[in-house]
Amino acid sequence: MDKKPILPSGEPIRQDKPEALSESDLLGMFRDMVLIREAEEKVQSLYMKGLIHGTTHLCQGQEAVSVGAAKALKPQDYVTMTYRGHGHALARGMDVAKFFAELMGRSTGINKGKGGSMHLCDFDLNLIGAFAIIGAGIPVAVGAAMSAKLKGEDRISVNFFGDGTTNIGAFHEALNMASVWKAPVVFICENNIYGEFSRIDETTAVTRLSDRVAAYGMPGVTVNGNNVLEVYDEVKKAAERARSGGGPTFIECVTYRQRGHSRTDPAKYRPKEEVEAWLSYDPIRLFKDWLVEKGIAAEAQLNELTESVKAAVDRAAAEAEQSPWPSLDELTTETYA
Amino acid sequence: MITTTYREAIQQALADEMAADPSVVLLGEDIGHAGGPFKVTEGLYERFGPSRLLDTPIAETGILGCAVGMAITGMRPVAEIMFSDFLMVCTDQLVNNAAKYRYMSGGQTSVPMVVRTSCGGGIRFGAQHSQVGETWFLQFPGLKIFAPSNPHDAYHMMRAAIRDDNPVVFFEHKAMYARKGELDKSAGPAEVGRARVCREGTDLTIVATLMMVGRALEAAERLEQEGISAEVVDLRYLRPLDIQSVIKSVSKTHNLLTVEENHALGGWGAEVIAGTVEAAMDELDSAPQRITLPDAPLPFSPVLEDAAIPSVDAIVAKARSMLGGQA
Repeated sequence: MDKKPILPSGEPIRQDKPEALSESDLLGMFRDMVLIREAEEKVQSLYMKGLIHGTTHLCQGQEAVSVGAAKALKPQDYVTMTYRGHGHALARGMDVAKFFAELMGRSTGINKGKGGSMHLCDFDLNLIGAFAIIGAGIPVAVGAAMSAKLKGEDRISVNFFGDGTTNIGAFHEALNMASVWKAPVVFICENNIYGEFSRIDETTAVTRLSDRVAAYGMPGVTVNGNNVLEVYDEVKKAAERARSGGGPTFIECVTYRQRGHSRTDPAKYRPKEEVEAWLSYDPIRLFKDWLVEKGIAAEAQLNELTESVKAAVDRAAAEAEQSPWPSLDELTTETYA
Repeated sequence: MITTTYREAIQQALADEMAADPSVVLLGEDIGHAGGPFKVTEGLYERFGPSRLLDTPIAETGILGCAVGMAITGMRPVAEIMFSDFLMVCTDQLVNNAAKYRYMSGGQTSVPMVVRTSCGGGIRFGAQHSQVGETWFLQFPGLKIFAPSNPHDAYHMMRAAIRDDNPVVFFEHKAMYARKGELDKSAGPAEVGRARVCREGTDLTIVATLMMVGRALEAAERLEQEGISAEVVDLRYLRPLDIQSVIKSVSKTHNLLTVEENHALGGWGAEVIAGTVEAAMDELDSAPQRITLPDAPLPFSPVLEDAAIPSVDAIVAKARSMLGGQA
């Protein structure tokens, strides 16, 4: 393996406390990041025990993107994502027991067990879609934005996808349409440097992805995707632009997935030095260090919070494990409205 | 009752629905200020404006994806895909998103969108602009497939498609846009999933859709002269497919012939015959037959295209050969 590693910046979070966020907000963000991490670890162990089926695409290491973005949005904003969406679902407030139940295929799952890991949605939270086909959600997000715009609603549409997606046709069609129509949409690209098993420099002509969107007349910005406050700031700005009629923005969040592409992938295609550098550049550790440094919380307090989140995750998983399977009567229901 | 064209009937249905329901929005290439490539949406932009008719770039995946996004957020979009052949460019949005969305979400949402498309051959547009395709999407539960053969049905079925909370693919035969017919606006709403017996007969059931309905009716006229009484069934809907109406007809005539502008392998004729044999084999006096396109892409040359698309002569000849041996 002679690939030159792509390394993180190593920069700690240097931001001042954002004016709009209280200490309670910030602790809530830390809690949500830990929730995602613990939930994904739990998903992994449930999979090993045969309680979660098929495959699953985990997001450990990408929590800052989910939580930073979620904090910058309003409850009425539409959110769409991909099959690697557990973090976005939990950051948006999905019930944790219903989350686990869906992955276990139980009738109490958020989609009644009919969708699974890759299709989590919760319309009460305006989490309106998760797509398995690369790029398929991007024009849907533009349509949702146009729906809000045509109805004159104070509402934007936010769409998450990965770096590999910037090479597929739907991406280009949707971004052009969003720009021409000035659709109130924020495109958030989680650049974790790998599209499945292939590194970005092997598949993509322009690897600084925010440079690509000038082709669509749209502002693009690259941020440190492991800095939850930087993600929050940029998403907030882009959301305001969209809300005030300024049209779409593209935000590239550079981050890294600590695990493989999907559950069965040991990710041996990544250089060891690269993996180790990114594992230690952990977004939760970065935020924890900042919270302690700024005097917002003591380390002991954050450790206690982490333990209580772990316990809550354990309880939710146990509840899901006890819940019933769907009845066979439900096999064909909800095909048609 | 008014006399109008197939094109104008669709236009009026769109206008009447747009006037009644502000959530109905049209989108597609050239549908707005240009009035549509086949003039189906002519006049609507002047009446309803750019907030109700969105002209799009040439981006079929973008267009259908947008329609899905609008549909799951409270709108009733009607997206146009200019030629049904181009549905293959954006089939992912139709079958992986629209068709499956409600089911995968566990019933949290529905997708009340219409995809209207101009289909069919006979006008020398070549292989990539001449297919029908109403049969392609039979494989996708969640979709509905509408295919009107005349102005009256075109009007009522378009309104029903827009009212339907499910994704509907609406096939308009491009060679029929100027064809005239009677339209009774008060005779609605359409009964979704119901085939129509458009000519009664006693000796043979001919099942057809779109442009083949007219040819089947012409063939039935000629067969009448020869003492063969053909009943013509216009399927009108491919999903849901009204096999019961076919079985009811065959229980009377005991002979079944399907005519379609699709290839034999996997065409809806195979489905209608399979469904009839499964349920009513004892009613059949002869082996069911189908007339289809030959197994080749559609040719450009007029001589070849006319030979490829089932003709009135071909229907008459096949009917004769089926009933020739019977008393």
